[in-house]
Amino acid sequence: MTDFVQLIFAGLALGARYALVALGFVVIYRATGVINFAQGAFVALGAYLVYQFGTTWALPFALAVILAMLVSAGVGAGVERVVLRRVIGRPVFAVIMITVGLLFLLEQFVTSVWGHQSLNLGDPWGVSTASIGTLVVSHRDVWTLVLAGVVLAGFFAVFRYSGFGLAMRATALDQEAAMARGIDVRRVFAASWAIAGAVGALAGITIASGAAGLNPGIGLIALAAFPAMILGGLDSPLGAVLGGLIIGVTQTLTAGYQPQYAAWLGENFYVVMPFVVMILILMVRPFGLFGTKEVARL
Amino acid sequence: MPDDGHEPILAVHNLEVVYSDVIRVLRGVSLEVAPGSIVALLGANGAGKTTLLRAITGLLPVHHGRITKGTISLNGTEVTSLPPPAIIRHGVAQVMEGRRVFAELTVAENLRIGGLARRNKRGLDETYAKVMELFPVLADRKDRSAGLLSGGEQQMLAMGQALMAGPAMILLDEPSLGLSALNALQIRNLIVEINHGGTGVLLVEQNARMALSIADHAYVLDNGKVVKDGSGAELLADRDIQEFYLGVGDAGRLSFRDVKSYRRKKRWSA
Repeated sequence: MTDFVQLIFAGLALGARYALVALGFVVIYRATGVINFAQGAFVALGAYLVYQFGTTWALPFALAVILAMLVSAGVGAGVERVVLRRVIGRPVFAVIMITVGLLFLLEQFVTSVWGHQSLNLGDPWGVSTASIGTLVVSHRDVWTLVLAGVVLAGFFAVFRYSGFGLAMRATALDQEAAMARGIDVRRVFAASWAIAGAVGALAGITIASGAAGLNPGIGLIALAAFPAMILGGLDSPLGAVLGGLIIGVTQTLTAGYQPQYAAWLGENFYVVMPFVVMILILMVRPFGLFGTKEVARL
Repeated sequence: MPDDGHEPILAVHNLEVVYSDVIRVLRGVSLEVAPGSIVALLGANGAGKTTLLRAITGLLPVHHGRITKGTISLNGTEVTSLPPPAIIRHGVAQVMEGRRVFAELTVAENLRIGGLARRNKRGLDETYAKVMELFPVLADRKDRSAGLLSGGEQQMLAMGQALMAGPAMILLDEPSLGLSALNALQIRNLIVEINHGGTGVLLVEQNARMALSIADHAYVLDNGKVVKDGSGAELLADRDIQEFYLGVGDAGRLSFRDVKSYRRKKRWSA
């Protein structure tokens, strides 16, 4: 029983990281109809920036995290302004391929600056753990859940209640009608990219902290978060969060029990579990758990 | 041209609009709207009415269109080709054809969206109260999804959205389209009421009789040009207008079929 609770907890923490990455995908998709393959690069960039600010420049860790999120948000908005805005109205396929190109470009930038070797993020949580009864939880997972919870709650508060959130929702529903109401949709696009950059960076920080360490392969988590976004429903922020949590928990449970009960599936089967879950859910609900039935828009 | 000594709130001068760099839809259109007046814009499908509205509100780029000649001025300030947020802040708000309310958002949220572009947020509550007074049915349904409203209610919501921007003038594109006769009459009366509050109206309508019955002045657009203009009463009495838009001929009412073949034979500008 303790094992089970422990796995669930670790799964939620892992899921929170996926949720942050998936939210980045969804925010951009909703506003612009583009699946941003460069999301993984924001994850890597954010983590390396924290290394730069926190370890190299020895700033306080919390400050390093905030700065990294801000810079990553700036990079997101900058990419939108310099590259994506010029291709508005072009075939979506071309725009998506541009984001694929951006992914490789940004990852190359990261390795050029910080190298290939594994680095230590210098986070204050390290590998320490806390005990709650018989339960042993890592400080890193607790902090991951707290930070992700705060950022997600903040996002949903803005999204649901603020004027800017209203502008974002209106733009996603009917771009021309939003323009006719005087909403500056270019600002909404830029803000969407900035949010994706910031939440991606936070995801990167929580992934690279603790024992995990920081290496250039970190952006690959975006691949595992991809099913989280799809199964939540491409255009639903809430779906992205739930999708992330579902996949995180399934993955840790699989890692915990599969070697024991279904060894014939082979080693490391948990790695592909996000895709198994995605396939199963899409077979039942083709538009994901919370997705809009008709996601194709003009 | 309306001339009461005031600067027109909207003045379009010799406007040309081209789509995709090849299709010329407006060929030198000029019109004016005096402050606080209702001006109707009539014309068949494809005459360029919606294009003119898009040109005024800055929505042409969405449709790959652009202004190639002429000017648009609001209260004497030239605003040709400015983006939509700037146009709204100059006091012009549009209600698009097909209403285009945000179906998944509530009535109250839709109205809030209408006020987002406003720079001065202080009058917002007051405007909201006025809109609710004007459309009591919206007040009753303020927490309901806009998509669940009837066509007439959605038209009221779309008009309410436009009014939330606190405009000096609203542009209405086919407000009676797809509504029952009773609803269309209700919308007509609301337009008059909004206008009595001092808001100017540029009304694009297929329902010429309705539009002319409330218009201070009207323009007829055909094939991208203004072919006729005059007061609402003048145009109602005009023989061509009766034949083309009101289905009334010398021998009394014509069948729709006769009107159609007659239209084919006789073009305005020919």
